[in-house]
Amino acid sequence: MRLEFAGTSVDIASTRIVSDVSLRIAPGEVVGLVGPNGSGKSTLLRSAYRVLRPSAGAALIDGEDVWGLSAREAARRRAIVTQHTALDAAFSVHEVVAMGRTPRKGLLDRDTDHDHRVVERALDDVHMRWAARRSFTTLSGGEQQRVLIARALAQEAGLLILDEPTNHLDVRAQFEVLDLLRRLGLTTLTALHDLDHAVSYCDRVAVMAQGRLVAVGAPTDVLTPDLVHDVFGVRAVLDTHPITGRPRIAVASAGHDPATTSRDDEHL
Amino acid sequence: MPRTRGSRAAPSRGPHPVAGRATILLCAALTAALVAAITASVSLGTVTLPARDVWHVIARHVIGDTAGLDPLHDQIVWDLRLPRVLVAAVVGAGLSVIGVGLQALVRNPLADPYMLGVTPGASFGAVLVMASGSAALHGLGVTGGAFAAALLTTVAVFLLAQRSGRLADTRLILSGVAVGYLAVAATSFVQLQTNPNQLAGIMFWVMGSLAGAEWSDLRIPTTALALGVTWLLAQGRALNALMIGDDAAAGLGIDVHRLRRRLLVVTSLMTATVVVVAGGLGFVGLVIPHIARLVVGAEHRRVLPTAMLTGATFLVLVDLASRTVDRPNELPVGIFTAGIGVPVLLWLLQRNRRREGS
Repeated sequence: MRLEFAGTSVDIASTRIVSDVSLRIAPGEVVGLVGPNGSGKSTLLRSAYRVLRPSAGAALIDGEDVWGLSAREAARRRAIVTQHTALDAAFSVHEVVAMGRTPRKGLLDRDTDHDHRVVERALDDVHMRWAARRSFTTLSGGEQQRVLIARALAQEAGLLILDEPTNHLDVRAQFEVLDLLRRLGLTTLTALHDLDHAVSYCDRVAVMAQGRLVAVGAPTDVLTPDLVHDVFGVRAVLDTHPITGRPRIAVASAGHDPATTSRDDEHL
Repeated sequence: MPRTRGSRAAPSRGPHPVAGRATILLCAALTAALVAAITASVSLGTVTLPARDVWHVIARHVIGDTAGLDPLHDQIVWDLRLPRVLVAAVVGAGLSVIGVGLQALVRNPLADPYMLGVTPGASFGAVLVMASGSAALHGLGVTGGAFAAALLTTVAVFLLAQRSGRLADTRLILSGVAVGYLAVAATSFVQLQTNPNQLAGIMFWVMGSLAGAEWSDLRIPTTALALGVTWLLAQGRALNALMIGDDAAAGLGIDVHRLRRRLLVVTSLMTATVVVVAGGLGFVGLVIPHIARLVVGAEHRRVLPTAMLTGATFLVLVDLASRTVDRPNELPVGIFTAGIGVPVLLWLLQRNRRREGS
């Protein structure tokens, strides 16, 4: 599965939120989408969810416009893990994951043994089989996120789109989710809040600022101290992680210079 | 790593008292309970008949051979009680199913036909026709007025809530509540213009009642219920998806706004057919879906049949109570819907809280 944004612009209430974004994600590639709050990351993703219709350009899956596909057909090709889960209804974990079968079932089709196996395999993939009969709402944030990824897997789509999947998770749960995304081997586009996650887990990084795509490429080529300063307004250093050996990025407040800080202190 | 956690607290039972396949057994039990409730409700009353006689009369009518039946028994069972009891069952089932649909439509557990303005709208239509006299409104009957007003209310709620065809849940709730209050206010105003001997009729539309239900009342709501439930069951997966948020539902291939529009049309039509025979009967559509969900969980393909059977049984029993507790007087059925429904709901809530251990 291949995802492409071709000159995509999105307006919300006549305000341009995303302008002319062109981005191709190759099969099997994990691409991180980073940018400050309000830079248009979620809006761009929502055009591929088939929730917002681009005012110009298109979001294409394997060369076909998602708005040209039916909602159902689109859902067989790409699965989504949204940022906010408003799930307070009393569904069991198994039921939540089984929802992923929706685009593959007819109106009165019953759940077959095959569906059951797909659900169990998805739960195995995220190491959550043990919780299948638990109530979804009783799980921790990290466990819930893994279950929602399992739901996406149960769609058996080749393309996975996630909006800040590590939000609100504790450190260990964040790494569990990121390791999982790498392990799955699906074509993946994920918005990420944490630049270090983008650097250490993604094949490529796309940077958005004020609705435009400002840089795309290998993480260490793109997230240079200059670009990070220009886009995020913070200082950054790229080096190698002492434990994993992968690249890592350390950031600090643009104003946080030990020398400047001490001078400020004198004023107080 | 997560494997070791597997032993943590994997309960042998699901999160709900009745899980998965056991729902079929539950529905069988509920069907049996419904038949028992109908039998009891037909046999008990000012004149009490044994269940055997009740079924004898019914069986003879079903096979079309009524010769030699005791005319008094025949009249009590076939003409007076059975139609009323069956209307109670259909209305109870209908309101419960409508409640399930509406609660999914607005993703809010407080939704019922009352809250979305349909019931108050229908009551207003009926009361308006009564007060002005049928002829004044081009021969529109009272039930016709109620039906037309229910649909007009829905159109008004939809127009207020939609933005270029998109229906957001919060806007729907606010529009429904607003239109509903307007209808209640208008009803009160019209009520002041009516003469006192019309008051009983007006109370029926405002509070709801099953008294005087006839065979002819049964056809339309039953048809609407059958079609509505079939459609809702077919949408079961989509209704589940609707509970997880608009974007996530779109991710599962649901056209959220189209589904909401259709849900609004289906539930409103069903409500209109129910209100026309039972008046503004509240509470059932709100509480029965909750009771069903507390027992079988939120999966709509299990909630719908459970709520339907529970609602039917509930209203049959409530109707029985309302006409036998203070014989020969009949008490308003609304007193009993709350009087019986609330304790059951509270008990289940308490029980589930204990199961979740919080």
